[in-house]
Amino acid sequence: MIALLLILIPVIGGLINLFIKNESSAKAFSLIVSLIVLAVALGGIYTSQADLLHFDISWMPDLGSRITLELDGLSKILSLLTAVSMPVILIAVYKDHYPDAGKFFGLMLLCQAGMLGVFLSMDALLFYFFWELALIPAYFICSIWGGEKRIQVTFKFFVYTFVGSLLMLVAIIFVYFHTPDHSFALKSFYNAHLTAAQTQWMFWLFFIALAIKMPVFPFHTWQPDTYEQSPTAFTMVLSGVMVKMGLFGVIRWLLPMFPQAASSNSSIIVTLTVIGMLYASLIAIKQDDMKRLIAYSSIAHVGLMCAALFAKQQAGIEGVFIQMFNHGINIIGLWIVVDVIEKQLGTRKFSELGGLAQKAPTLAILFVVMCLANVALPLTNAFVGEFLMFSGLFNYSPVMAGTAIICIILAAAYTLNMIRKVFYGNTVASTEHAHDSSFNVNAALVVLVILVIVFGFYPQPMIDLTRETVQLFITKIS
Amino acid sequence: MNAIIFSAGWGIIMMFCSFLVKNQSSYRHIAAVGLLVLLAANIFDTYGVDFFHIDSGKMLAYTRFGFVFNSIAIASTLIYVLLTGRDIERLGRYTAEFFTLVFFVLCGVCLLSAYNNLLMLFLGIEILTIPLYILTGSDKRNLKSNEAALKYFLMGSFSTGLMLMGIALMYGGTGTFLLESSRLQSNLYHGISFLEIVGLLFLLASMCFKVSAAPFHFWTPDVYDGAPSVVTSFMATIVKVAGFIAFLKLCTVRMSVTSTAIDWKLIFSIIIILTLLFGNITAIFQQSVKRMLAYSSISQAGFMLFALFSMNEYASKGLLMYSVAYCLATIGLFAVLVKMKDVTFEGYNGLAKTQPVLAATNAIFLFSLAGIPLTAGFLAKYYMLASIIKTGTYTWVVVAGVLFAAISVYYYFRVIQAMYFKNGEPQMESFGRSFKLGLVVLAAIIIIVGAFPQALFNWLYF
Repeated sequence: MIALLLILIPVIGGLINLFIKNESSAKAFSLIVSLIVLAVALGGIYTSQADLLHFDISWMPDLGSRITLELDGLSKILSLLTAVSMPVILIAVYKDHYPDAGKFFGLMLLCQAGMLGVFLSMDALLFYFFWELALIPAYFICSIWGGEKRIQVTFKFFVYTFVGSLLMLVAIIFVYFHTPDHSFALKSFYNAHLTAAQTQWMFWLFFIALAIKMPVFPFHTWQPDTYEQSPTAFTMVLSGVMVKMGLFGVIRWLLPMFPQAASSNSSIIVTLTVIGMLYASLIAIKQDDMKRLIAYSSIAHVGLMCAALFAKQQAGIEGVFIQMFNHGINIIGLWIVVDVIEKQLGTRKFSELGGLAQKAPTLAILFVVMCLANVALPLTNAFVGEFLMFSGLFNYSPVMAGTAIICIILAAAYTLNMIRKVFYGNTVASTEHAHDSSFNVNAALVVLVILVIVFGFYPQPMIDLTRETVQLFITKIS
Repeated sequence: MNAIIFSAGWGIIMMFCSFLVKNQSSYRHIAAVGLLVLLAANIFDTYGVDFFHIDSGKMLAYTRFGFVFNSIAIASTLIYVLLTGRDIERLGRYTAEFFTLVFFVLCGVCLLSAYNNLLMLFLGIEILTIPLYILTGSDKRNLKSNEAALKYFLMGSFSTGLMLMGIALMYGGTGTFLLESSRLQSNLYHGISFLEIVGLLFLLASMCFKVSAAPFHFWTPDVYDGAPSVVTSFMATIVKVAGFIAFLKLCTVRMSVTSTAIDWKLIFSIIIILTLLFGNITAIFQQSVKRMLAYSSISQAGFMLFALFSMNEYASKGLLMYSVAYCLATIGLFAVLVKMKDVTFEGYNGLAKTQPVLAATNAIFLFSLAGIPLTAGFLAKYYMLASIIKTGTYTWVVVAGVLFAAISVYYYFRVIQAMYFKNGEPQMESFGRSFKLGLVVLAAIIIIVGAFPQALFNWLYF
């Protein structure tokens, strides 16, 4: 029941919000809806009644598809991420002006519903439905409220992911015909009878779809442009939550379905991701634009998670589960600061910024904390996850781990450089009259900083939440 | 039998109306009533109430599948008449004759869904196309319309010649015109006769022409573009799908039994890839939405050809789903298109600001054509892909097919981009509230069928 509510509430709330004309009431309504979703998600995590977490009803009997939703450890942690990030984002942009605000926030909620659907589905066709449906609001949000090159850039993003998901659809149908009971249920998919050659093909069809979404080198080219051009409120959703759909797909579907193919291809994929990490980190150093820098840094982080998954070591996988949540929190925090700076000063270029710490000390402190979390400093939340992932990767291949560690150093280089150029030094013309961030922004950032520090000191609840699922997952794939 | 006789009969009634009823605007009401009667008669027939009991001597064979398709075709025509009736009146003085021809076309559709004899196939195709030659030229003073009609007529009669030749050869090869039970006859010739194969190839070519599959598609863009938009809307949807239903029957009966002698799957896979390639690639470069839809109809035909390739139960169900998804979406798009004064992509700029309902329903129609989930178009594509994957061979055709589907997003979404993301003041003919309501109902049907396909398929069983 809780699983169903998690999807229905944002759908209904979003649809109502589309028709609200008044800007402030649209914002208030969407914030309330997102808080209700958060409450429901927390209820799902702390409830002791297992039957509340499960929902199952016949849907397309002709096709063998059912509406099966379930909250297990993996979907709990990702639903929590989705549910936490939405109110934080809404609070952070509460004072920003959006034309047609009702539609903007309505589409945000619909997108949230789509993502929650992806995380909760236990039926392959349903999963595909939500996978596509999450994309439609994203397409409209980015194309209507984005930057000046928004239409082309968003279209590139849409076509890229659409190609991937169609390939995945082919694979889903193919596997469906090889399931023992001709059903789309997750369990039947795990037990599908495929020959080795077929497994290889299906593995790659699935992988391309997920790799485009994550994105993994060389399928990443849509990502920096899209992050740059989409409205920052939505960039937070995209990079914080939506890219997790790709990683989620690997964990829920790809690896347990084709463990052999995953093993035989893991060296290719890990090599690709590590190349991608290095490449993205090097490009990030050369960026002059805050948004693009964070976009490339995100490619590196997601690449590490993907590599750790395919390395198939227990520590690494535990790390990925935690890091999926933490990376979402951290990157949303960074985007909030970028959004404040851009809205206030009209630029995101380092060359036009400087000395902001003198004018906006609170913002500077909060931003530095988020940045330190981004480079995975000990006692921040990201440290736990990255440490586990690196130890997993090291067990798999010391060379790969060694190469990937260079990226950590590079990450420190570009992140600290960003802090220095934007917040320290002397004020320049554009920052001369800057003022500190407003209350709502501080509130949103403080929530994130608390999460960063709490989970940095005490990651145990998060590990407990996912332990069972991690164990199940590891037995499935080994 | 009900539908065949009622459609022909009401066509004649419409003809008499043209001089008995003086009021121009009442024709479309009479036509709508006629379609309702026709629909009811067909539904009666579906449940075993046949008013006529004519023995066709096995020339016609009624199946539940055929009846359901008839209902879909008639209902789509009803929606078409209700949505674009006013625009048909603007075409000229001969509105009643226009509707007469529509009824005759429907008569051909009903024959095609029930034929069991190659002569009936020929008759159905002819009853279907001859009114279309006239309809294509119905904008008498427009040079493009005349050109399209002549082109269509010349090419169409040529392909009809091919069809007759093919039927004759098949008769020579098997000794019967009947579709089924022909195998008994042809066994006399010790296996599959060469004449039958050649005859089937001729039939294949002419049927490909009728459904505008490559490489026999060249007439399509010119004819669809030249014909008045209200006619294009009709001939690109209901007529085309009827051609596919006839084609599917031919394939499942005759081609499947000759598959030991000739590799039909290879031939169809080549036709599919060519059709998708031509349709999609040329659609990208169009500047007019009408011409884009003409090419898109070729690319959608490519997907419908999947059914002929695989010939299993997924194929027939998928073709039904496709006929709903494709007909309704295209009729809806054309209904809006005929109201636009400028049918280029620029003409749609800013439609979402001035006419939000029209833009939203149009977006749903385009989503359906592009195959986005929760629309009937997705399930249609799903069934088509599944039908080939189920055969277990030629999976590469499916992969190529989905890549072309991704290309089709490019030109469908150009309309969405124009409507939602660009600024402009679209110029439109006037329309009433009922028009908007009709579009909303149409969009709702597409979504309901897309979310609950059993609403359609239960009809096949109960």
